[in-house]
Amino acid sequence: MYIVRCTSFFLLFLLLPLVTLPIQRFPKPEFETNYTQPSTQIPVPRAELLAYLDVLVLLVALALVSWLVLKKRSRLWVFAMSVFSLAYFGFYREGCVCSIGSIQNVSLALFDHSFVLPLTVLLFFLLPLVFTLFFGRTFCAAVCPFGAIQDLVAFKPQSLGSRLNTVLGIIPYLYLGLAVLFAATGTDFIICRYDPFVGIFRFNASFGMFLFTGILLLSGVFIARPYCRFLCPYGVLLNWTSRFSRRHLTITPKECIQCRLCENSCPYDAIDFPVTDKSPESRPLMVKKMMMLTVLVPFLVLIFGYTGSRMQDTLAGVDYRVKLAKEVMALSKMQDAKAGSREPGAGSRKQVQDDSFEIKAYKASGKTESQVYSEASAVLKKFYLGGWLFGGFTGLVIAMLIAGRMLPVYRKDYVTNKGRCFSCARCTDYCPIKS
Amino acid sequence: MPGRREFLNTLMRGGILAALGLLSGAVIFRSRDGKSCSYGFDCSGCSRSKSCMLPAALEARQTVWQLDMTKCIQCGRCATNCVMSPSAVKCTHAFAMCGYCDLCGGYFKPGTKILTTAAENQLCPTNALKRKFIEDPFFEYTIDEELCIGCGKCVKGCGAFGNGSLQLQVRHDRCKNCNECSIARNCPSQAFTRVPANKPSLMRGLGKERPGTAAKKGGVDA
Repeated sequence: MYIVRCTSFFLLFLLLPLVTLPIQRFPKPEFETNYTQPSTQIPVPRAELLAYLDVLVLLVALALVSWLVLKKRSRLWVFAMSVFSLAYFGFYREGCVCSIGSIQNVSLALFDHSFVLPLTVLLFFLLPLVFTLFFGRTFCAAVCPFGAIQDLVAFKPQSLGSRLNTVLGIIPYLYLGLAVLFAATGTDFIICRYDPFVGIFRFNASFGMFLFTGILLLSGVFIARPYCRFLCPYGVLLNWTSRFSRRHLTITPKECIQCRLCENSCPYDAIDFPVTDKSPESRPLMVKKMMMLTVLVPFLVLIFGYTGSRMQDTLAGVDYRVKLAKEVMALSKMQDAKAGSREPGAGSRKQVQDDSFEIKAYKASGKTESQVYSEASAVLKKFYLGGWLFGGFTGLVIAMLIAGRMLPVYRKDYVTNKGRCFSCARCTDYCPIKS
Repeated sequence: MPGRREFLNTLMRGGILAALGLLSGAVIFRSRDGKSCSYGFDCSGCSRSKSCMLPAALEARQTVWQLDMTKCIQCGRCATNCVMSPSAVKCTHAFAMCGYCDLCGGYFKPGTKILTTAAENQLCPTNALKRKFIEDPFFEYTIDEELCIGCGKCVKGCGAFGNGSLQLQVRHDRCKNCNECSIARNCPSQAFTRVPANKPSLMRGLGKERPGTAAKKGGVDA
């Protein structure tokens, strides 16, 4: 029996299969001694109930912070809550799954019907948005661990000025568009991939990521909450919903007395100063502006949309199916060149790695070349449409920002900018009027 | 003036709420060709998979990452691409289908002449695979999980020459269950899938049935 085993061992050595399916080559021995076979230990994952507990903690935290911001108006308590959130959602839960990342799960679930979207992830996506719709961005104030960790280091915040704020403020829109595009096509979850803080929460950041986080936190000393303001894609959604919030943090509980004490209190440049110059713009000028906008908006949308669709190849290039198709194509070209011309230089000129793991896996999977190509072309098609949508969205965002700056404003008091305000309640301490 | 603005705000708020409701409705009640179901069976094995009208929300249980050995080519990236160090993927031994071979393809380097536990004979780079004599000619192989780095060298050897009882699996006591698994992103054969948390294992050959049949059936309950 032993010899049979040995020979089969060496016979099989010649036929090294790539995908190794379990085959009962050797029967299970019948032991003569009283040997008991150990059982295979399979650890169970974190209990599902705990995921619902996380949602409950999120709900309670959101409600509590909303109350602290709107009713108690206490910066100290909001700060205490942000420390708790940093400890719970950050260091205990280690950042996954977070509301920011859940954008991708929801967009993938919309387009890929085989993708299972857990109810808890959907709730993580929805709850902060619904709360923001009623109470402002209290999620940002002290529930999101990302905001909390940056709030802790914002020692010497400087004002960036409205122009720089507007220009840098475009980045989150681009990030959101790209994240949704890549998630919906099933390519990648870029928000999770370039998540700067999860490595801190888990104490295992890679060097590059650690460097990025370090720069972010160091610059965060002077530019308060750089991720929240100039990167966070979920912040875009919260910004939109917060503009229409039912209630929102106000600087003063009663009438503003124009004392200007709160003027420099906001580290995030989210206080809008009064614009009392109420000289009505001349009618011809307004008509001119209006006409410019009606031309500008569609023009920008179309031009950016077209540019986006032209970026189809670049964008789709990071998709694993497109990458594989490229490799397979290069491989078959190389083989054709080898078979066609016997010139020694023909094959070796284009060095294609025919032994890359991707090619090995492709050969083992038994897929045909045309299958790989058709999969890749389907992805490319998605990216063509996605490129149009992403580009158009970018154009629309830029057009709207321009429009926003063109329209006349009139403001009597110092008020929080409902879109950008994180409801951190710092400004309330500066207001001399107490209720 | 404030009246009109207030009205528009309310209108927009209602619109956004409706949009969010539509979005979650679309995600929850969409038609699906799901792979997994909270009732604990695969669609392929389910008698009512054709007529199943369950909304996706009912099957939207927690998911965890797992490695499908039918696709795995043992490239070794599990060992290096996990956010955990050492990797959360480790070799797991399905004793029920092990042949207890003296000449173990997962333990010895190919071409080993003298079958001893000497370090130069061993395939495992970290000495995580332990060999213990049971009775002539059978040997028991166990994995020291603390030492295993999930490189899959033994898995490759066992699958190529033996029964395939050594299998790579995500160990869920170590796995952080990242929203997007960093190994899955780099897996050349797309062997990483999300599986229902109540059926976290994709190991084969654990049950009482003959291992030859278990290979075809897919997931086996632990």
